[in-house]
Amino acid sequence: MIEAIATMSALGVGLGIVLGVAARKFHVETPPIVDEIEAALPGTNCGQCGFAGCHAAAEAVADGSAVATVCPPGGREVALKLVEIAGPSCHAGGADLAGQEDAGPMAAFIFEDHCTGCTKCYKRCPTDAIIGAAKQIHSVIFDACIGCDACVEVCPTEAIIMRSKPRTLRNWYWPKPEEHFEPAA
Amino acid sequence: MKLFSLSSLRRGADMFSIRGGIHPETNKYLSAKSPIEKMPMPSIIRVPLQQHIGAEAVPLVKRDDLVLKGQLIGKARGPISANVHAPTSGRVIAVGHFTAPHPSGLPVATITIRPDGEDRWGPHLPRLRPEDADPKDIAQRVMEAGIVGMGGATFPAAVKLNLRERYPLHTLIINAAECEPYLTCDDRLLRERAEEVADGIWIMAKALGVEKVIVAIESNKPDAIEAMRRHILAAGPNARVMRVPTLYPMGSEKHLVQTVTGLETPARALTAELGVVVHNAATAHAVHKAVRYGEPLISRVLTVSGHGIKRPANIEVLIGTPVSEIIDHCGGLEGEPERILLGGPMMGLPIQSLRVPVIKGTNGILALQKTESRQKAAMPCIRCGGCIKVCPCGLMPMEMHARIRNDDLDGAVDIGLLDCIACGSCSFNCPSNIQLVQGFNYAKGRLAFKQSQKHQQEETKRLADARNIRQEAIAEAKRQAMAKRKAEMAERKKAEAAAASGAAPETPKEAAE
Repeated sequence: MIEAIATMSALGVGLGIVLGVAARKFHVETPPIVDEIEAALPGTNCGQCGFAGCHAAAEAVADGSAVATVCPPGGREVALKLVEIAGPSCHAGGADLAGQEDAGPMAAFIFEDHCTGCTKCYKRCPTDAIIGAAKQIHSVIFDACIGCDACVEVCPTEAIIMRSKPRTLRNWYWPKPEEHFEPAA
Repeated sequence: MKLFSLSSLRRGADMFSIRGGIHPETNKYLSAKSPIEKMPMPSIIRVPLQQHIGAEAVPLVKRDDLVLKGQLIGKARGPISANVHAPTSGRVIAVGHFTAPHPSGLPVATITIRPDGEDRWGPHLPRLRPEDADPKDIAQRVMEAGIVGMGGATFPAAVKLNLRERYPLHTLIINAAECEPYLTCDDRLLRERAEEVADGIWIMAKALGVEKVIVAIESNKPDAIEAMRRHILAAGPNARVMRVPTLYPMGSEKHLVQTVTGLETPARALTAELGVVVHNAATAHAVHKAVRYGEPLISRVLTVSGHGIKRPANIEVLIGTPVSEIIDHCGGLEGEPERILLGGPMMGLPIQSLRVPVIKGTNGILALQKTESRQKAAMPCIRCGGCIKVCPCGLMPMEMHARIRNDDLDGAVDIGLLDCIACGSCSFNCPSNIQLVQGFNYAKGRLAFKQSQKHQQEETKRLADARNIRQEAIAEAKRQAMAKRKAEMAERKKAEAAAASGAAPETPKEAAE
């Protein structure tokens, strides 16, 4: 009994020291810009950008292999922030911010008569925006949904679509007055 | 003992103590001579559940319910919200969404009632004698009656009556300035129901525990001033009527306080911090009805005016009456008006559909012809400084506008965008017809939107983190359960092995340990 405990402890301590030393020795410096970009991203690791999570996307943006519009759920706001952080270099690749203006935030919508209650979407949702249980109709909490498309991909009956979030009295505001001057006669 | 000082000299000249301001054509003659008339029962009533600043009320009725006049149909939710009552008896034909009386035309939760024509009262709120009632009970009653500020801001009145708990208050100012052109509903209310208004003022003063009461009326309403002076004793021994100059925007809360008391409210502070509370005259009338008779706020007086209306009038309407029926009652539209507004011409909201209902804060319906609505093509700013001269808040509209035009919203905030009261004096005075106030409204809305988006992004992060933590906890629990099962299995095997080797009596003991 005592031998076993001693061996395991020795093994643990030994390996721990090796790991600690290795972490110091082979430490990889992440550029601070990556952390900064990651902080600007939603951090839900939804994978819609095609990278393995927000950190990978941040790295890609930092080294210039991804464009500023990499994050679809973040939309125009995040894209502008990324340009601000990473500079115009990440703008290469023909990212068109102007085109994103009208898209607006999206949210998932579940057609209830198609939902089979398979709970697949509910498990995938990165923000817990879907409520449901086995063999129950699932539903989306609009305010929590970030429109990441993760649920759309897994739905076996194609019951989920993306809709733009409706404008309400609470988030409505006056449009910017347009100014076009007519030349003086 | 106070010595004679220069400031006491200035006190007499407080007549013009606000800076800026404009003198638009008041056009009050259109409706000032017509006494308040009662509107006949409309064919349908749509009561929005959000008629106030704050949280939406919760509906208490469902489709096909029969409601009585004055019955509570929407309950206030949260501290800043207001009750909603049935304006007449009838059948609820829908609880859903309907176009809001708002320039966006977006839907708002609405209860639609088909009146049965009997106008049968349900039980009134219990009788309350304000003479020996506790201030708290009066505020509670005002809350139950769903009274909101009826000058247009629609802030729940009970919240303002409860300010005495947080600030030492000394003065109640009744805002009857009615500085918006065209509107005459407060004027008529004071002329015809001065006694009731005075009683309401007295009740509010009691609820607030203030010593001084001042009723401020613009000098272009001599009849209202006279009527109010006749009944002012009903509002308490320390109440008086004050004639304030006719100057737009005199009816702005902070500017009225400055004119009446000489105290300037700090930027983004409440007038209560100076010990002054401002209520509208129509609100005082509603308080009178709620406390003396137990009647909730289900009707209001509004002005229907403008050159686009055949017969301009002041009408008492039920909350929820469609605008189209009110206009029909006033003889219909004259030609094709350029704009239909809810509220006054300076700060009122244009509406697209005439089917929308009037709500507690609607003090006017205006149909303006092309000659009145002043919409002209904008020209470049010539930096004349006209907007700066008239800005009652001492801001620089042209500079703010330039920054907003270049999407520098934070820069506009730096020079006081949030202190702008959107009175529209700058746009009115601009010789180039630049849409200054429209730009400020856009910028304020955009800032609020950005703020909410930022909040939402933080919320998203929190949700994602919570999910990660939960998933890790689940995985950890699984791992532990697995380890436990493994340990149990090992134990059992050991026991079996021990039993097989013949040491049977020892095993149960070990297990018990």
